[in-house]
Parts: sequence; structure tokens; C-alpha cells
Amino acid sequence: MGMQIGIFTVGDVTPDPTTGRTPTEHERIKATVAIAKKAEEVGLDVFATGEHHNPPFIASNPTATLAYIGAQTENIILSTATTLITTTDPVLIAEDYAKIQHLTDGRVDLMMGRGNTGPVYPWFGKDIRQGINLAIENYALLRRLWTEANVDWEGRFRTPLQGYTSTPRPLDGVAPFVWHGSIRSPEIAEQAAYYGDGFFHNHIFWPASHTQQMVRLYRERFAHYGHGTAEQAIVGLGGQFFMRKNSQDAVREFRPYFDNAPVYGHGPSLEDFTRQTPLTVGSPQEVLERTLSFREYAGDYQRQLFLVDHAGLPLKTVLEQLDLLGEILPEMRKGFAEGRGADVPDAPTHASLVAAAGGAHDVTVHAEDTMTGTTDREEIDA
Amino acid sequence: MTTRSTRIVVVSAGLSVPSSTRLLADKLGSAVERAVGARGHEVDVEHVELRPLAHALADHLLTGFPSGDLARAIEAVRHADGLVVVTPVFSASYSGLFKTFFDVLENGMLDGKPVVIAATAGTARHSLVLDHALRPLLAYLRAVVVPTGVFAASEDFGATDDGALDKRVERAAGELAALLGGPAAAEATAPRRRSVEAEFAAPTPFEQLLREAGGDTVR
Repeated sequence: MGMQIGIFTVGDVTPDPTTGRTPTEHERIKATVAIAKKAEEVGLDVFATGEHHNPPFIASNPTATLAYIGAQTENIILSTATTLITTTDPVLIAEDYAKIQHLTDGRVDLMMGRGNTGPVYPWFGKDIRQGINLAIENYALLRRLWTEANVDWEGRFRTPLQGYTSTPRPLDGVAPFVWHGSIRSPEIAEQAAYYGDGFFHNHIFWPASHTQQMVRLYRERFAHYGHGTAEQAIVGLGGQFFMRKNSQDAVREFRPYFDNAPVYGHGPSLEDFTRQTPLTVGSPQEVLERTLSFREYAGDYQRQLFLVDHAGLPLKTVLEQLDLLGEILPEMRKGFAEGRGADVPDAPTHASLVAAAGGAHDVTVHAEDTMTGTTDREEIDA
Repeated sequence: MTTRSTRIVVVSAGLSVPSSTRLLADKLGSAVERAVGARGHEVDVEHVELRPLAHALADHLLTGFPSGDLARAIEAVRHADGLVVVTPVFSASYSGLFKTFFDVLENGMLDGKPVVIAATAGTARHSLVLDHALRPLLAYLRAVVVPTGVFAASEDFGATDDGALDKRVERAAGELAALLGGPAAAEATAPRRRSVEAEFAAPTPFEQLLREAGGDTVR
């Protein structure tokens, strides 16, 4: 598929400002699963969850959530938005996501982020002032753990590794595709470009000029490092909407949620914020047109993720939003395909990565039997 | 030698119209224009009043980005060669509005920038606000504050006998002009923290970032 369209959640537990009711953690966790299944049902390509380690979020342990959803879905790609590469041990990330790869037959990729909750760093024994350095060192190690069967490693931020093999090995010998997410740190765009990985801009909550500047830098550096032309870089964007058949109904229903939202509530008016950021509140046609206009400053891109379950919107409303998104999905796909550059690559999938690697290779590392000197594999083959 | 004008931005946080804070800002702006001009440099003085930006500043605190006129005001400060900053005294310090503007500036934006500090109040008993509040704030922001701070109590706007206020204004303006020494000198002041803008213009190569992650801090 040329363009992947999906949703991402940050897993916030937020009171519904119209009723004053706050869901329980249990309700919110179950709602997250229902939203992911609905996303697949309406034909979306990606479900991504954030990672937080403090109230009011239920987004700790994202791999359990993704594996559980993976078991109840068939096609949707499971991803993260974002995985905390700064405070999570890269050795655990390597294991966890390779495991989900096997469990879901390759329906997983992930997005690296630094996290901006100050206390999370010391809770996990890290220093937020080292955020960029942690992201760089940890990710460099993570790549080696996935691509090399036997790793000797020493760095600044975790204990050294000698003769370490991360298990399970990546499915078909191909590591999950990695996106790097950052709003305003050029170093992260540089990192994504250096490795030829994807770059994702959160996009929502920010003026288009922020997004444009970061995406342009990533594209230029992607070309600089020889991965292809700037137009061939792998770009993803966030997005945010609230729609009803009638535009005025959408504004009326969403306004109390907007006015009280944790991120921007009690600040700019809904009208100002929709003008200044990608937030679109209106009819399905308006959402469709706004979304397709992102290409004007980001270029042709590969992944569009929408935030729909936020600001205390009840599950029923979120599911209705997904139904409406499903209805305009064919038009959106058609719109994104129209005028798309011939050289612009499709969104990466496990299948495309396997094909690029020249086919699937099982890379299981078999332990040597210290008694006989044979390996498990030799015994099986014998 | 560059031929562009020396850019001075006067930031003032008066709330009433007209305000004594703006009156003092105008006096300082004119004095700086004369003082820099006297050294043979073209000078361009721009006034940034914070009152009309009050809503935008509150929004910036909540959204994390500046809108419209506030974004333009911040860009003016970024590109200024020197600043004059003027606040009314509220509750024994600079006003919250004044502080908010400096709170939303990107780290490093004032590094090495020459600044005149000034304040107004109903009584001269507040005059140490300059040295106990404004000077430490600007020092933290790594601006270079000229020795003379200009404080104007209400009575100073009437007491023209000895022209004491005007003398202080002229002295501060002269000190700023001496520090500026023209645009080239302003650009050659102390090394500045690398800004996000600079990183966008010339990204640090990833090999260097890798070395820094490993603890190598030599650029």
C-alpha cells in the first residue's frame, strides 16, 4: 500500500467535561482494545499506542497491549507512539518487539521517542539532560541487537554486554521497521536520516511551520546520507479531527472537550487553534480536504496517524468517529494517490522489508550442546 | 564590514495607555538611537509592547508555540543587536507579564546580547528591583547588562530641575552604544549556545552526535 492511514493513542484517563465522569483504568484499558479492533474493522492500516509511566495514563507496558490486540486482529499493523528509547533498556525493547513480531507474523513496527515527563527519567535511573545522548546510544545498541547474533558492547548508559544474543531473533531475519518521532529536536531528524529510518512528526498541537522545518531537514539529510532522494524519505504525520455530518454539529459537540482538554484547554479558542494547527473540527469533507493538504508542506508521505480518543471523549463517540473516518477512507486513499510522485516509496511493511532483504531467512541461534558438541539444529536435522 | 543597521528592540510591559513605562521606553529608545547614531552607525529602533501580546503569551504557556504578533516580537528580539527592557514594578518585582515574555524565549536567545534594564513605579523606594530582580534574570539568560539601570518613579517625570532621569537615560544609552560598537562587533561577542535555528541551518553530523553520546564533548 502506498500510504498507511491509522490512529494513535496516548492512553490518557481524562474526565468527560460534559458529564464530569472519569473512566476507571479498567474501562480505559478495555476501551483501548475496542478502539484498536474498531480501527481494523473500518479498514485502517495502523494502531499505535504511546508509553507513559504515570497517572493519568494507562499506557505503561505497551507490548502487552499490542500483543493482546494482535491476537484479536488479522491485518492491522501494531505500532507505538512512542517507545521511550531514553528510559527503556534497549535490550528489553529488542526482545519485546521481536517477540511481538513472531506472535503477529510481522505486523509490528515502532516509533522511538524521548518522552517529556521529567520525573520518568530519574524513576528509571536516567537524567533528562542526557535525553538526546540516551536516544542515540540506546538506539545504536538496539540496532546491533537485532542485526547481530552475538554482541559485545560497552557504552555510557547501561551495563556492558559480552557475547550477548537477543532472543528471539527478528522474524525472517528482518528487524521491525523503526520510525523516530520528534517535534523540535533536529538531532532526531538527523538520526532518522543517518540510518535511513522513518521520521514521524507529531504535527498535532503545533503550527505547520514546525512540521515543515523538521520534515525538510530529515528529507535533506536522508538524501545526504545516500538512502535515496529527499522525496524518497519515509515520512509520517500525526493529525487530529472531530467530525459530524454537519460541520456546525461537530463544533458544538467538540467545543467543551476542546476547552477543557489537558493539552491546550483554557488557552486559545477552538477557532484560533484549528487555524494554527492541523486540528480540524467539521464535516467529513472538511477533514478529508484538510488531511490531503498536509502534503503541501510535508511532501508525499507514507503514514498518517490520527489521534481520536482524547480530551475525555467517551468510547461511544470515539467509535462513531472511527466509523466516519472509515466512510471517507476510500476517498482519502484516492486523494493521497493522486499526483503522488512516481519515485515515492510505499509505506514500509514486514513484507516489503523481507523482499528488500532478498527473502525470508530464519536466523534462529541454536545453542551448542556442551555434552555432545552438537547443536539443537543438528539433532533435529539428523 | 557589514552595512546593515544596528537593530535595537525596546520591550516594555506597561499596562495603562499611556503608561509611564512606555514613556520611559520611548526616552530610552530615542537616547539609544542618538548614542548609536553618534558613533556613525545606522540604527533601527523597534518597540515591542507586551500589553497587546498578553493573551498570546498565556496561550504560548499552554500550547508551547507563539502565535501571530507574538511570534514576530520574538523574532525581532532574536535578531536584535541590543535590547532595552522596561517593566513596571508589581509586588516588589518585575510584572508577571514582563517575566512571561522572557519565560517563552528559546534557551540561548539572549546569549551575549547587550541590554539596558529599566523600571517604573509610584515611588523611588522600589528602585532596587533593577538590581535585585531584573539584573539576575538577565544574567541567568546570559545577556550582558550595562552598568546603569534606569529607574523612574512618578516624581521623576516632573522633576526636571536637574534632569536627573534624563542623565541616567543618556548614560545607559551611551553604555549600550559602547557595547554594541556596530553590528559586526555585536555578532562577535561571547560564544553563544547553539540554537535550534542554528541546528536547522547546519545540522551537527550524526557521527559527531554519536561521539557526543559516548562522552566526547570536543566539537
